[in-house]
Amino acid sequence: MAESAFLTAEISHRIGSFHLEAHFHLSAPWTVLFGPSGAGKSTVLRVLAGLVAPSEGRILMGNRVLLDTRSGLTVAPGHRGIGFLTQQPALFPHMSVRRNIAFGLHQLAREEREQRLKEMLALFRIGPLAERMPSELSGGEYQRAALARSLAPRPELLLLDEPFSGLDAELKASILDDLSAWLRKSHTPLLYVSHDLVEAYQTNAEVIVLENGRIETQGPVHEVLAPKREQLLQQIGAR
Amino acid sequence: MDTQALWLTLKLATVTTVLLLCIAVPLSWWLAFGQARWKIAIEAIATLPLILPPTVLGFYLLVLMGPRTSFGRLYIHLTGHPLAFSFSGLVIGSMIYSLPFAVQPVTTGFSGIGKELLDAGRLLGASWLRILFQVLLPLSKRSLFSAAVLCFAHTIGEFGVVLMIGGDIPGATRTLSIAIYDQVQDFRYADANRTAFVLLAITLAALIAAYSLRKQARSG
Repeated sequence: MAESAFLTAEISHRIGSFHLEAHFHLSAPWTVLFGPSGAGKSTVLRVLAGLVAPSEGRILMGNRVLLDTRSGLTVAPGHRGIGFLTQQPALFPHMSVRRNIAFGLHQLAREEREQRLKEMLALFRIGPLAERMPSELSGGEYQRAALARSLAPRPELLLLDEPFSGLDAELKASILDDLSAWLRKSHTPLLYVSHDLVEAYQTNAEVIVLENGRIETQGPVHEVLAPKREQLLQQIGAR
Repeated sequence: MDTQALWLTLKLATVTTVLLLCIAVPLSWWLAFGQARWKIAIEAIATLPLILPPTVLGFYLLVLMGPRTSFGRLYIHLTGHPLAFSFSGLVIGSMIYSLPFAVQPVTTGFSGIGKELLDAGRLLGASWLRILFQVLLPLSKRSLFSAAVLCFAHTIGEFGVVLMIGGDIPGATRTLSIAIYDQVQDFRYADANRTAFVLLAITLAALIAAYSLRKQARSG
């Protein structure tokens, strides 16, 4: 375990014939969980968020034990301090953008809640859309509102499971810029799932490579993904 | 027109509908989102009253409520009278008889909402109760209303179960459908005609309400 790790996870989980065995730590502000489809990336995130109970495992964030199957300890999803944006984020369709973002802020006093709301609406540039219903939003606006809702409770860690894969490159870059600015400002680390080599390279992040349910390697992107990059360049004839 | 039977029928249908919805909501939640292997068995049991002859169901309930079973004896010991041939017995019988009409629409409504919204609620720190009242129920209003209407209409028209476990006690267990049977037995066809028309009007109005909601849901 790295000394500066703010999260360590030992996860063992079986789904039919698929066996996930993932032991890793998070210490960088931005970590990419990289691997092909079906490698178990989404399951890792769902276990971290508390939506899936693994067969065995232990998750420690800071000094807090979030999960320890041996002692039967498990912290409920909304109480882990982890924000999670899934592959297909689902806003509550019967609530306006404002009510969606405020949903996770019910424990705050009214003034603080309003303040947080304003902050999130401004951060993701969706202030004019506050009273709109989710069905009235475009794809990009929908993702911005979903991000704002995930970040509004100020999680200690944000998990993103390829939520922008359906957006065009320009829109995706614009949302990621806003998100990066906030993450830097709030010192919120991010674990980002991707199966796109180019995208992973662009992030300049720490990378964890997951293949067939096993962590193959972990380290800086330029070290860990260099062989895959060379392979890709050869395939497209650039080398 | 037997107004006593009319009020008793409306009271029975209202109490049955309210209690059934209270049971159907948690049961449907479990059926829609639960992962237990024996879920199919529970689903089949909950659907059984739909195809079981009412007299068969009524017979088993009559035996269960009588002094021959420990449940029946316990009830008599606690209340001093048997559950069979009482209004409470009728309510229990009606609830079992109409169970599929409550569970099926609500389960369908919950299943259509999708697990992602439940996960979103949990990730934002909401309790199960908050998710139920602020997410699930508002999003399945139409299914709940449809279930309520169907339960009400079905209870209004039941005959076999009511006759088996309730008999024909005026003011206690005689419902409109039993009253029609009595009127025909006594050759009072004009009375039977009026009573039958009231039953027809109530059930038809309930079904029109349910179908118009379904149409709204499809187009909206």
